[in-house]
Amino acid sequence: MQVEPESMRVAYGTTLAELGANHKDIVVLDADLSCSTQTQRFGDKFPNRFFNVGIAEQNMADVSAGLSIAGKIVFMSSFAVFLSRAYEQIRNAIAIQNLNVKIVATHGGISVGPDGGSHQMLEDFNLMRGLPNMKVFVPADARETAALTKALVNINGPCYMRVSRMSVLPIYSKKFKFDPFKADVLKRGKDVSLFASGLMVKEAMEAADMLKKEGINAEVINVHCLKPIDSKTLLNSARKTGAVVTSEEHSIYGGLGSATAEILAEHYPVPMIRIGVKDKFGQSGKPEELFKFYGLTAKDIYKAAKKVLKRKEGKK
Amino acid sequence: MARDIKELKNIAKRMRCHIIQMIGRAGSGHPGGSLSSVELLTALYFSELRINPKKPNWPERDRFVLSKGHAAPALYAALAMRGFFPVQELLTLRQLGSRLQGHPERDVKIGIEVSTGSLGHGFSQAVGIALAGKIDKKKYKVYVLLGDGECDEGIVWEAAMFASKYKLDNLIAIVDRNHFQLSGSTKSVMPLSPLAKKWGSFDWKVFEINGHNLNQILSTLEKAKKVKGKPVVIIANTVKGKGVSFMENTYEWHGKAPKGELLEKALEELGCK
Ligand SMILES: Cc1ncc(C[n+]2csc(CCOP(=O)(O)OP(=O)(O)O)c2C)c(N)n1
Repeated sequence: MQVEPESMRVAYGTTLAELGANHKDIVVLDADLSCSTQTQRFGDKFPNRFFNVGIAEQNMADVSAGLSIAGKIVFMSSFAVFLSRAYEQIRNAIAIQNLNVKIVATHGGISVGPDGGSHQMLEDFNLMRGLPNMKVFVPADARETAALTKALVNINGPCYMRVSRMSVLPIYSKKFKFDPFKADVLKRGKDVSLFASGLMVKEAMEAADMLKKEGINAEVINVHCLKPIDSKTLLNSARKTGAVVTSEEHSIYGGLGSATAEILAEHYPVPMIRIGVKDKFGQSGKPEELFKFYGLTAKDIYKAAKKVLKRKEGKK
Repeated sequence: MARDIKELKNIAKRMRCHIIQMIGRAGSGHPGGSLSSVELLTALYFSELRINPKKPNWPERDRFVLSKGHAAPALYAALAMRGFFPVQELLTLRQLGSRLQGHPERDVKIGIEVSTGSLGHGFSQAVGIALAGKIDKKKYKVYVLLGDGECDEGIVWEAAMFASKYKLDNLIAIVDRNHFQLSGSTKSVMPLSPLAKKWGSFDWKVFEINGHNLNQILSTLEKAKKVKGKPVVIIANTVKGKGVSFMENTYEWHGKAPKGELLEKALEELGCK
């Protein structure tokens, strides 16, 4: 059976439109990007609960805060990069008051492609993880996006979810067990742990296959919730394997790599390597070219795993 | 470098061809808002701006800032045609390693003064450059092109207040008033009318013109330069997608590249063949 790439954005928009039927309190805001973020699907079905604020992300964030204060469940969307413009509003209106606003950012990371560096958000997890009350999610495929979108409705308080522009091959089957706050062990292994998020989960799975050919059993964990992070699952894995590689479509500062380093350093230090964008902005190019350019491929994870395994042996 | 209108019209025509060829080759980009600003850029780069492609760093040069950065193909075409870099390089638009990024990235060597792409930023930065010109008693003028949708951003009005507070009469803003933005008409997404009155009430000198009429653009720029004591805004009424029938007056071609037959049709209508 041929498997086709699926769009995370379409999964988000479609799920949102489904949710609107049963949840009359859901309102959706967008800042002149509803065709791209796919919130238009909700807007078409529920025009009275959909608001295009124009190109005005800061206003969108505080209007969302107000709507939430008045009892609404608010979803607000734009490209990840433009939502960062409303960071202070997200901090001082949404997060500080612990409001029920779901910030869904599309077009995260370098997979945005040809639009270039100004449009490729690589610092959002860092920004959002820093905020008290904020919960941070990053699905790995369209199916997980749908599951997370549904979960967001039932999580009280502010949430941030980042999805990609690019369509991706599914990681999950049509039906799968899902807990928004639990890191998902996709593959069990005893030699090295590969923690990954978002589009890098697929790369980590491929890296595990490459390692397998050399008799190395890698454990692959999809960390779709960066905050609160499931330290129990991550620590269990690190204790078992004694070596960790993190991979994310994000700066090596402040995202999954940093979060993992924080947990390991405090509880169980083991050799680890962070795969991510190394303190650089993005640039124009095809997504595949950019993943290669910035060292974010299965091969890079494979090499890092070999390196970290050497360090582990040296330590023994 | 004043040129006659016939010559400028010809430049505008070739600029439109470059825009569609570049976006066609890249397979992505923003044709609608690039095509609407062609006459404005033609007038600026081929008559108005005191610049020298051989001395791109000349400290006295006029500055142009493309605040609506998604119209990068139009800016790149103007810069290449004006001699800042080879015209063949236009076809590298949006490719890995190209100087012609999807949205402009500051590179004064090739005439790109400010990085833009996130709307609203270019305008405020232009205000800063104009303020520096005042501090240093420089003669240069600062020109900045905004989209009408871009005027939704609060920062535009923060900068507008600031520019009139400091009487930046060395600043000339042009609004590409094509009445469409990304997801619909400006009227449906965020009504801006009365736009001229809004700018006027922020204490700007306002001109309203047909943004495709080169004579009118040039004569208005002449008048704009003579205004003393306040910044100037030119509201240039334009047609989004101007020159390609199926791209005109719609948001559908805001950020989409024509392919195959439609690409051929666009080039044919523009007389590029
Ligand atoms: C801050 C910000 N928000 C959203 C976008 C996405 N975007 C790119 S172009 C555009 C519409 C711009 O409309 P307008 O300024 O009228 O440009 P034009 O019609 O002249 O192309 C939007 C929303 C952006 N580039 N920057």
